[in-house]
Amino acid sequence: MDFDLTEDRQMLSDSLNRFLADKYPVEHRNKVAYAEPFHDPALWDQLAELGAIFALAPEDKGGFGGTGFDISVVFESLGRVICPEPVLGALLATRVLSHSDADQEALLSGSMRAAVGLGEIEAPYDLSSVKTEAKKSGDGYTLTGRKSAVYGGQAAQHLLIAAMLDGKLAVFRIDAADADVTGYAMIDGGGAAEVIMEDTPAVLVLEDGAAALQDAVNAGIVALCSEAVGAMEVLHAMTVDYLKQRKQFGRAIGTFQALQHRAVDMLTEIEQSRSIVIKAASELDGPDATKYCAMAKNLIGRAGRLVAEEAIQMHGGIAMTWEYPGSHYAKRIIMIDAQLGDTDFQLSKVMAAA
Amino acid sequence: MDLTFTKEEQAFREEVRTFFRENLPEDISAAVKAGGELTKDIMERYHAILAKKGWLAVTWPKEYGGPGWTPVERHIFDEESCRFYAPRIVPFGLAMLGPVLQKFGSQEQKDYYLPRILSGEDWWCQGYSEPGAGSDLASLKTRAVQDGDEWVINGQKTWTTLGQHADKIFCLCRTDPDVKQQQGISFILVDLDTPGIEMRPIKLIEGGHEVNEVFFTDVRVPYKNLVGEVNQGWTIAKYLLTHERTGIAGVGFSMLALEEVKALARKVMRGGKPLIEDPLFAARIAQVEVDLEAMKITNLRMLFKAQKQGAPGPETSILKIKGTVINQELKDLARRALGPSAAPFPGAITEGNLALAPENHANNAARYFNNRKTSIFGGSNEIQRNILSKAVLEL
Repeated sequence: MDFDLTEDRQMLSDSLNRFLADKYPVEHRNKVAYAEPFHDPALWDQLAELGAIFALAPEDKGGFGGTGFDISVVFESLGRVICPEPVLGALLATRVLSHSDADQEALLSGSMRAAVGLGEIEAPYDLSSVKTEAKKSGDGYTLTGRKSAVYGGQAAQHLLIAAMLDGKLAVFRIDAADADVTGYAMIDGGGAAEVIMEDTPAVLVLEDGAAALQDAVNAGIVALCSEAVGAMEVLHAMTVDYLKQRKQFGRAIGTFQALQHRAVDMLTEIEQSRSIVIKAASELDGPDATKYCAMAKNLIGRAGRLVAEEAIQMHGGIAMTWEYPGSHYAKRIIMIDAQLGDTDFQLSKVMAAA
Repeated sequence: MDLTFTKEEQAFREEVRTFFRENLPEDISAAVKAGGELTKDIMERYHAILAKKGWLAVTWPKEYGGPGWTPVERHIFDEESCRFYAPRIVPFGLAMLGPVLQKFGSQEQKDYYLPRILSGEDWWCQGYSEPGAGSDLASLKTRAVQDGDEWVINGQKTWTTLGQHADKIFCLCRTDPDVKQQQGISFILVDLDTPGIEMRPIKLIEGGHEVNEVFFTDVRVPYKNLVGEVNQGWTIAKYLLTHERTGIAGVGFSMLALEEVKALARKVMRGGKPLIEDPLFAARIAQVEVDLEAMKITNLRMLFKAQKQGAPGPETSILKIKGTVINQELKDLARRALGPSAAPFPGAITEGNLALAPENHANNAARYFNNRKTSIFGGSNEIQRNILSKAVLEL
């Protein structure tokens, strides 16, 4: 039993944290997160050079990591600065492609950005309700349908699309230029896209894609949960600092027990969140990955809402402003719940696994 | 990052399992499974079984007759003892007074008392809380005044768990009323046979007799029964509180409770289906299962830290808060699963064949009520929050 990071991962974590703290002060983060292309392409390149994307894939696929703990380290660092770079798209893509023979050099080096179209507007989380349809067309295929809230889709050259082929869930690759891609900023910063396809030419990646897609979702959940833990810890620290500084009734508001206990409850839930992420990360390549990932996302959905709402409440009016950094952390933490399956969706997954 | 136990730890787990399989009498595990009060005989027989193996004083170092286990080994032992429905080891002599004497006691006290704790000759109870001193323990008033080579004790202690079985009590007494509260308290050992002591039972919410109140009227005990220095009692009390905090999360008990809830919910029907398939009930089970899964890892993380640093830190209060809430939720689910069948007074239905779940069914309401104590005793969950606020958040 060992809950310390390995030396390699600790080094990766340290170098990422240094880089991100230096390059993404919250003013810069907010500037790029809400203006096209909703991230910073120059910093994306530097982040990739640091190995942040190589760390997401195993050696036999061209990376140098790829385990749940590698993913967790990278995304916790990203969460600490609420980084808007579309790293999740790269993770989902490499995870899907690792079930095929596709060459991943361009993806892992960051020179090509990819995103994965999973959810649809009528079924945001449910892979069994995918309506996007693939048709054979000459030597290749075409896709017709719409993918909603494709994270990183606004900045991707390639899109991997979950679509039905002869009644089975398959995975295709399309050029973003061939589809109708509408990019936009999200409320919590960073970009996504609506991808509308009408007889859009596509290359078949996996004919039987259900397992690969679920694996990608699981890895994405470990990533999002780790990001949430990083962001929650920063927001909690901000809140505790504020409790020590802010004076009302002639004393620091952190001397009031009503607020102390709530700050402790946040701490408790963050520790529980960290624990369940460790569990999910350790199970990511095992037979029960889906169950443990669902557990993690469920707990972090609840904990995240508590931490974000309590942080805003205990700060008072200042956390309602755009100017205050904490408000952006709160938004990101809340909206993570709406990616890859929310609290309730995951609870029903846990129930189904029992 | 590695969640697996070492080969040695896995072998140890096997050894513990074999031990329980071969040595734990069936009537004892059946009594634990039934969930009611355990008799003194059962507790003493169980202690003797462990003592014979050298596993009774789980936190003691080898030099005093303990097994010298690491925190992880203790955790494995706890987990397996839950799995086999072994009783909890009565903590007052073994987990509380023993370590205190080892750290603060005189050589004479160690030589005399420690072997008697191990052999079961002395059954200790704890004289801490008073009617006016619960969470604010330092405000305790029970007075000990030196008179020659004796202490004269007057006052009242309460919530004295299993005091009805005990023959000795360790007490926090006020020995200096004129200094800051924490600086005027001493730790004194008292023989319950001493004239002037009266113990009265307190009947608990579910009807059980676990705790007592103890009255002291001009009770005279030898001066040498003082542990440590005069007025050092608060330091000793704090040491005792922080020393033994593994197992505080009750993860093993909650894992069993979860299995019991699921077993009940498979038997009870609702809407033509087993209750476990009812979405509302299943969602409540699933939610607490998620929290428990996280708790298991939180517990291991803190064990790991304790093992690395040599002692558990204040963040173990998280285990107390979250662990008790999870356990109480499970007790609530078990009670709800059975509805009115959880309600018969403990002992009212003794014929196993009358019961839906014969092993425990009539005790589930009683267990629910009894278990409300866990978020109150051992430093209430609010006190734990105060500790975390001060020691971890520095508020």
